[in-house]
Amino acid sequence: MNFKKYLKVYKKFLHTSLASELEYKTNILVDLITAILSLIGSIFLLTIFFQNNGYIGGWKFEQALIIQAIYTILNGITNTWFNPNLSEIVKHIREGTLDFVLLKPIDSQFFISLKKINPSGFLEIMLGFFLLIFCIRINQINLSLSFLTLSLITISCSICILYSLWFFISTTTIWFVKTWNATEVLRSFLYIGRFPLNSFSFSLRIFFSIFIPIAFITTIPSEVFLGLSQSWKILLEVIVATVFLITSRKFWLFALKFYSSASS
Amino acid sequence: MISNLINRKIITLLKVQYSNMLEYRVEIALWAISGIIPFFMLNIWTNNNLNESINISDVMLSRYFVCAFFVRQFSVVWVVFSFEEDSLMGKVSPYLIQPLNPFFRYFAQHLAEQITRFPFALIIAFFFFIFNPESLWIPNLGILLLSIVSTFLSFLIQFLIQSIVACICFWTEKASSIERLLFIPTLFLSGLLAPVVSFPAYVKSWIYLTPFPYLIDFPANLLSGNETNISGGLSMQILWIFLLYPLFKKIWSEGTKKYTAMGS
Repeated sequence: MNFKKYLKVYKKFLHTSLASELEYKTNILVDLITAILSLIGSIFLLTIFFQNNGYIGGWKFEQALIIQAIYTILNGITNTWFNPNLSEIVKHIREGTLDFVLLKPIDSQFFISLKKINPSGFLEIMLGFFLLIFCIRINQINLSLSFLTLSLITISCSICILYSLWFFISTTTIWFVKTWNATEVLRSFLYIGRFPLNSFSFSLRIFFSIFIPIAFITTIPSEVFLGLSQSWKILLEVIVATVFLITSRKFWLFALKFYSSASS
Repeated sequence: MISNLINRKIITLLKVQYSNMLEYRVEIALWAISGIIPFFMLNIWTNNNLNESINISDVMLSRYFVCAFFVRQFSVVWVVFSFEEDSLMGKVSPYLIQPLNPFFRYFAQHLAEQITRFPFALIIAFFFFIFNPESLWIPNLGILLLSIVSTFLSFLIQFLIQSIVACICFWTEKASSIERLLFIPTLFLSGLLAPVVSFPAYVKSWIYLTPFPYLIDFPANLLSGNETNISGGLSMQILWIFLLYPLFKKIWSEGTKKYTAMGS
């Protein structure tokens, strides 16, 4: 891998996609309002859940807010990178333009996953960070070096799992051609990540930890923030993230063997 | 004679769109699956005994969420996304020449999609009732008919709102971000995630003046046999349609004058 070359190419990607996205400045403003309203809406939903109960699945309101903060950050990352790029795969495959990507002297997964960027997602990420800092204050969390590294590790693992899930589903387009609805299914399942895993019944909990590891994406990082997480859980998350990343890569290379171009 | 012509147009449009939609069965099935959020919400409500505070039994609440699922399935609207694409690609131009408002085409598309979606929605509900047999109930014929009417009215309201948003395309090219903004209050206030009765008093005091509770909460309450004001709800739905329709007419006639036939 020629690291320098990829860095240079990525800079070009950033430049071109930012230039084209900034054409629609009002769009970015509207997206920011959407992100703020969506956060207000989910906090509103949480207050409904907590209006007569002190605990949901063993979590206090202040603690459940941390999950919202992490969800907002991850959702921002999804909107900045995963969503604009990976929905493009569907278009590439349907119109046969994936040919051009494959012909380029650059890794196809790199090209497809990072080509575009949506700057309005940044604002959502920042919004999530503000909420997170607020949560750290109201929950009186002591910041220490080990805590910071642990939370950084778990959040980056979550990002890896999230990316792999998106990439995995987008890859299936090679067989099914029109699957942007599949990403909608994933999106609605991910919505569950806004709530602590323990608030669901046992069978759903199993489903959300094994088949779609939403539990790993938001609940474990939040537990780390609260200092509740056991070390085996963190280790497990690292393992799950690695397995997901490797399989998604293997799956992409496998799927490419079946790619037969379109309309030619 | 004239009514005959209109009939023929409508039937032809529906037939064409239905066969078109049948081609994308898998896509529509996935779309149906992506609407199962109400079931996850039900799981949070009953698993944490949150419904005790709002005096709704487990069974009635599960019926409410099943109905919310159905109402949502048959009132999903995406006209703004289709229209935006068609308008950016210049496909709207040939439609405008035809002696038929292009929105009839989209309307037929939605109806055809609902017919295609129906069996999938039934299958999902069937699985729900296998796991929760005690929630199964048979609404009487009158109530069933009324709730079908009110679901259709809810669909009409959303179709009109989105068509108005879609017409903004004539001015800004990208209207889908405004739709995503409007979707947030729809999601949180319509009763899809929590029944409106559970909302705090400071929200309940004004929410019945907005169109949101009539989109999902009212038809779902009607169908599930929960307490609701039938005549009040139906008349509010019709009132909103009468308010929105002239607005759509106005913005459509203004917009077509602005139209610049992009991409052609």
